Amino acid sequence: MPNKTKNHKNKKPKVTKPHRVSKRGRTKKRLVDIHTSRDRYTPIHEFSPTRDTYEHGIHPMDQYLRPGRIPHIWCSGCGLGSIMTCFIKAVQELDLDASKIAIVSGIGCTGRVAGYMNLDTYHTTHGRAIPFATGLKLAKPDMHVVVYSGDGDLFAIGGNHFIHAARRNVDIDIICVNNYNYAMTGGQVAPTTPIRARTTTTPYGNFEYSFNLPYVAIGSGAVFVARWTALHVRRLKETFKEAILKRGFTFTEVLSPCPSAYNRMNKLGDGLDEMRYYKEHCIIKHGADPAEAKLGIHKDIIVGKFVDKDKPTFMDLYNDELAVVHGKEPTLEISKKK
Amino acid sequence: MRPQVLQGIHFMNGDVACAEGAIAAGCKFFAGYPITPATEIAERMSDRLPEIDGIYIQMEDEMASMAAILGASWGGVKSMTATSGPGFSLMMENYGLGLMTETPCVIVDIMRGGPSTGLPTLVSQGDVMQSRWGTHGDVGVISLVPSSPQEMFDFAIRAFNLSEQYRLPVVILGDEIVAHMTEKVVIPSAEEIKLTPRRHPKVPPSEYLPFAPDDDLVPPMACAGEGYNVHVTGLTHDDRGYPVITPEAQKDLVSRLVNKIRKNANDILDWEEQELEDADIVVIAYGSVARCAKEAVRRARNDGINVGLLRPKTIWPFPEDRVKKLAEYVKLFIVPEVNFGQIAFEVERHSVYHAQTLLIPKMGGDIHTPEEILKAIKEMA
Ligand SMILES: Cc1ncc(C[n+]2csc(CCOP(=O)(O)OP(=O)(O)O)c2C)c(N)n1
Ligand code: SF4
Ligand SMILES: [Mg+2]
Repeated sequence: MPNKTKNHKNKKPKVTKPHRVSKRGRTKKRLVDIHTSRDRYTPIHEFSPTRDTYEHGIHPMDQYLRPGRIPHIWCSGCGLGSIMTCFIKAVQELDLDASKIAIVSGIGCTGRVAGYMNLDTYHTTHGRAIPFATGLKLAKPDMHVVVYSGDGDLFAIGGNHFIHAARRNVDIDIICVNNYNYAMTGGQVAPTTPIRARTTTTPYGNFEYSFNLPYVAIGSGAVFVARWTALHVRRLKETFKEAILKRGFTFTEVLSPCPSAYNRMNKLGDGLDEMRYYKEHCIIKHGADPAEAKLGIHKDIIVGKFVDKDKPTFMDLYNDELAVVHGKEPTLEISKKK
Repeated sequence: MRPQVLQGIHFMNGDVACAEGAIAAGCKFFAGYPITPATEIAERMSDRLPEIDGIYIQMEDEMASMAAILGASWGGVKSMTATSGPGFSLMMENYGLGLMTETPCVIVDIMRGGPSTGLPTLVSQGDVMQSRWGTHGDVGVISLVPSSPQEMFDFAIRAFNLSEQYRLPVVILGDEIVAHMTEKVVIPSAEEIKLTPRRHPKVPPSEYLPFAPDDDLVPPMACAGEGYNVHVTGLTHDDRGYPVITPEAQKDLVSRLVNKIRKNANDILDWEEQELEDADIVVIAYGSVARCAKEAVRRARNDGINVGLLRPKTIWPFPEDRVKKLAEYVKLFIVPEVNFGQIAFEVERHSVYHAQTLLIPKMGGDIHTPEEILKAIKEMA
């Protein structure tokens, strides 16, 4: 829980001790809305808006973080911080012109990434990051447009947009942080929640099938599909680099601990416990058939780069269309076919 | 290949005229989802945009269409979508995002009979209040109500100009009759068309506050890729664009969003008036209905009745000061509209204690005949 951070110095760090759990499996204190109260107390530092003028530290990643936005709202033990660090590192190592990268997020804990990165960032409505990003990318084809959002945002309310953007092969990169639940609203069931897992709206255990996200992505037409966890920082960073450079619709699923909501409800311990679980149960299998990479509670996790192929993007095909309209020959094989 | 501005005299329906107006205004991005009676706008855009290297994309639904035009606008491109009632309902979510993030773009809503799927092919004016209050929260909005294919063309240009000037999604509330009627449309030359450019920041990124307004309460806009690193959020935000979840920030932001329309209303408002000086009765009508109202007023005048016409061209903001002024000497306002009373209540609100308001409602499907309006005038004279 974010509000506890102040006491950390005085306490010995507890690593493995599970949360105190009542008989029915819920912690005593119910989470209502984890973050709204936190926002009020975020100190607003003196304003200085660009990375050149800001001087709060010497960390090499500072220039990619928005001045005055730290401390963030995320709970201690949450995977979102390390995943964002991987992303920043990827951008840094690619040495891209930062003004040519835009982040589009939906709503959720993951959706808050947009607000922390010192780039052109768009924090849109719940589920609509992908169509917003589609418009942005088509209007600004020279930019790298990255959609950074949660599993609920991208696959429940935004699921239809996901499959259609993948079908069109719009040249955008989707980063989906999958914490198996709707974390921002306090931990409700999501389309990714495994069967039998508890959430605040499945107090007796989830009775719905869940999505296998890489399988959905491939079935919809994504040209690049990978899965890692918040533990695989180096591999994740490399995948981010590949995805950003890849032409076409890419999908990276990142499994992430959510100690405050999902882990708590399922007695999975804190962030470190979850990381340990990843360490012990992840099997790296590049090129694995995503159909066989389904996730489940207490199951092994297949990670790796599942798909990496090439096909013309939406803009490639559209440019051919423009060529035809202007009386020229199309260039792509696929557009030449009648 | 046809040029961007189809200068000349044409015989066009309102939908096509609207698409041509948008293209003449520099629209280079259209995202939409087909729906009667707005489909012809999408069809015309899919035909015309590739000719001028613009982008047409048919999205998977109207939520996506609305989101896509916001994204395109932040990409620095003038963008538009077109829909009708059911789709307009779906757009309310991101219409709100557009208002909150002050994103210039244009939404065309061709009104058909509702609620729900209603009368897909027949007219209504049932979305007037939806365009005002359909998205949650307090907002200041601009909606234009064309009465002819010519106005569909002219108002499309004006809608883009207003959206750039005041940084918001502007709604063109056409109705099925105006959209499907074919009439003479005069398209001026490109040089004669005045376009409002986007207001770019005049300061370097280090000094730029993305949501700090100029004197007219509108902030200059830095788009994606310009190096300004703007954070844009639908959360309540401060001048930096950072989310601030406090009553104070809410007050600052929302009052500015409302006031930027209220305080600039005199620039935005546009209406036509006819024989109001000595009027005892004033007919207030908009859209296709205004055409019949005009005829009814003409005939009543011939019969010696002191009646005039007020035809709003911008329905939001509403010409409330004009109505208040009229209420000082006018006895009665007659408001024929193809709904169960939307603008009639607005008229009543601004004339209460001074003049009476008579609503002539129609549930949708057809508009009032001049005789129906004339009958009401005669009965009340
Ligand atoms: C239209 C709409 N419905 C519901 C919500 C409430 N809501 C906010 S975040 C969220 C779920 C987010 O889940 P996910 O995308 O998995 O992100 P996480 O918080 O887990 O990172 C919901 C339901 C909303 N903001 N908008
Ligand atoms: S995802 Fe879970 S742990 Fe992370 S910030 Fe949200 S509620 Fe906290
Ligand atoms: Mg989630």
